[in-house]
Amino acid sequence: MTPARSAPAGTDPREVIHLDRRLVRRARSLALRAAAPVISLAKERTTVSVERAVLRLAGLSGADPTTGDGDIPWVNRVVDAVRDQVGLEHGVALPVWHAMRVHGHASLVDLAEAVTAGTARFEIPTGAAAVRAHNAATRAAKAGLRQIDRNRAIRDRLIRNIGDPPRRPWVYLIVATGDIYEDIPQAQAAARAGADVIAVIRSTGQSLLDFVPEGATRQGYAGTYATQENFRLMRAALDEVSRELGRYVRLTNYASGLCMPEIATLAGLERLDMMLNDSMYGILFRDINPQRTFVDQRFSRMIHARAGIIINTGEDNYLTTADAVDDAHTVTVSQLLNETFAHEAGLEDWQLGLGHAFEINPDLPESLRLELAHALLARQLFPNAPLKWMPPTKHMTGDIFRGYLLDGFFNLVGALTGQGILLVGMMTEAVVTPFLSDRDLALQNVRYVLGAAGGLTEDFHPPRGGFIESRANQVLAEAVGLLERITEDGLLNAIADGTFGITKRPADRGKGLDGVVVKAEGYDNPAVTLMEADLGRGAAP
Amino acid sequence: MRQETEQPSVIRPYGDTTGDGMVQVSFTLPISPGPKAEGAALQLAGRMGLDPAMVVHANGLGGLDSAYTFFVVYGRVGHLVELDKVVVREREYPLLAAKEANLVIKRTLRRKLVVLGACIGTDAHTVGIDAILNVKGFAGEKGLEYYREMKVSNLGAQVTVPELVSQARKDRADAVLVSQVVTQRDAHLRNTRELAAAFREAMGDNRPLLVIGGPRFDPLMAEELGVDRIFGRGTTPGEVASYLVHALTTIKEPVRAR
Repeated sequence: MTPARSAPAGTDPREVIHLDRRLVRRARSLALRAAAPVISLAKERTTVSVERAVLRLAGLSGADPTTGDGDIPWVNRVVDAVRDQVGLEHGVALPVWHAMRVHGHASLVDLAEAVTAGTARFEIPTGAAAVRAHNAATRAAKAGLRQIDRNRAIRDRLIRNIGDPPRRPWVYLIVATGDIYEDIPQAQAAARAGADVIAVIRSTGQSLLDFVPEGATRQGYAGTYATQENFRLMRAALDEVSRELGRYVRLTNYASGLCMPEIATLAGLERLDMMLNDSMYGILFRDINPQRTFVDQRFSRMIHARAGIIINTGEDNYLTTADAVDDAHTVTVSQLLNETFAHEAGLEDWQLGLGHAFEINPDLPESLRLELAHALLARQLFPNAPLKWMPPTKHMTGDIFRGYLLDGFFNLVGALTGQGILLVGMMTEAVVTPFLSDRDLALQNVRYVLGAAGGLTEDFHPPRGGFIESRANQVLAEAVGLLERITEDGLLNAIADGTFGITKRPADRGKGLDGVVVKAEGYDNPAVTLMEADLGRGAAP
Repeated sequence: MRQETEQPSVIRPYGDTTGDGMVQVSFTLPISPGPKAEGAALQLAGRMGLDPAMVVHANGLGGLDSAYTFFVVYGRVGHLVELDKVVVREREYPLLAAKEANLVIKRTLRRKLVVLGACIGTDAHTVGIDAILNVKGFAGEKGLEYYREMKVSNLGAQVTVPELVSQARKDRADAVLVSQVVTQRDAHLRNTRELAAAFREAMGDNRPLLVIGGPRFDPLMAEELGVDRIFGRGTTPGEVASYLVHALTTIKEPVRAR
């Protein structure tokens, strides 16, 4: 019943190009091997941000009003005090909930105020006291997880009642003025103009702050701070516009950075729908310590898994620093590693917005065919993942007219290769913050291409052994080659040697290493214990 | 298209005929689409010097009931360009792309250019130095770590001046980049003077190039503060890289030795 051109008998009907199965299997087993030692490392350690996330999950929010500009969160105060007095090797749960009982603190804030007053005393409880502290901490963490579960159920219900966007890819649009109260009307306008996903980009450099700012913020630098209150305000505004439009508009923010575990937790508590969460971005592009990053990303991904949040990985970043043709395979390797780490943390395929980008030099002959090959490789290698397709940035020159055409081709490749999430490209990329009209024109571009060519996937069958299929297999083979080198060398050494990108990132250098602690015997983290126990059983408690 | 005729001293925009003065502009006005909106666009075009002007496209952003209208306008601009009155401020160094910068370093230094970055004193704001050094970069430009021919170390925040001097000596740094955000009681100026004095004392004329950046600095104060260069708000990594390449690969003028 299908034309002779489409899938031969015995192959997956979704298979647009044929990938060498041995290579695919080999790539996955190598990724597992490369990730294994790093996963062990992550399991053996905790970080200040993981511990702060435990307190946030238990409901501690707000900042210490008595010091600085009132921008030191209570969770930082408490974790630092526990660390000073008894160390973090056992986690914060035992000493904190022991102190709560022994000193009769009415709440975590009460305890935090005692910390500021210098009267809080922490110790590691033993015997029956330890059991009591553990049980109390577990109850508190459970309440937080229940809130996250509830949000997931609310999201599901809203999608059922209001409806999902009518088609894929979802149209992903960025807003960020620095002022959350400016962002809100802009986000609502963008949704009305056709955006399915709103991303609020963060203030420059927030990924390097070792604390999460508090409250509604009105000043940012080229972005808006990620705070719990900003999350809440924006989600509420999008709920309103979702009802008006009859489709659930998703909200995205960014977890990657020094506070990955905490921001992930806040996202779960405030029903964000997607989060940027890359396993190596912080290391490679922000010089965050590798150990810190791997420990933090594991916890943050467990939270995302629980919350039903779709993660977006950052492979587009590779192609802005390296050549999109010569180094295409580094994207594939990173996708495979991101997938492996994500599965281990409990994320399911539908939650993996693995990234890739349209960054090949348009002056290169056959550049569009190469883009198609790379996009199909990702599509085929991760058939159940909602891939995130990122627009050109590197070759946007300021010639907005040429840029508009390039974005059209980007949209076409996205439509042809069945991408899940399409980040709307702006012709004014690298020129100015998009004008109102730029956004409108960009969305017109997307609508035109998806409307005119969205169904073309049905007709698009690159010939067996042709340019596109061969190129996809070539990139896959190069990825396997790189994975072989990585497994031989060890992932941490590979990162230290500059295998990814241009920079060398040794495991004992970079920001945030002093926030990494090796767990002692008897380490207790009720959040992790609860999440691991529930893994594989979905979100229902 | 190249014509070897002498450049006239007065020129006008070129649409499809010499001297026709034709230009195209686009803009948005906060008004719903309709005849009034088009009239408004024409009035603005007229005040911009377009006469006659044609509104060739008018579209409500996000739909017909929109409160904003986007216009594309063509018209003849009445203004002239008087070339002998055109003044360009020359930067003393050319802006280089990363590739060009790498090439120049390779050709002239024949080794990596060593850059050391830090925030000194109690300043914990590493945003500035990170934006300039991190691969991620700033304003669409990659940071100095991205330059293959540069060896970049970022010491981070709250580095003491003696630490910085000793690290610079150890690394044989060609340039030391320091970012200063906190300006309480002129801490940025005090710290910068202290930095310059420490390097002068420890290394004399062999000190590395000292480059300071921060939003509250006056770039003209470099000499007064004893450093080589000050960058202000909005500086991009490409500008810093181009400056370093210029300052370190061109033969030092004897001014310094004086």
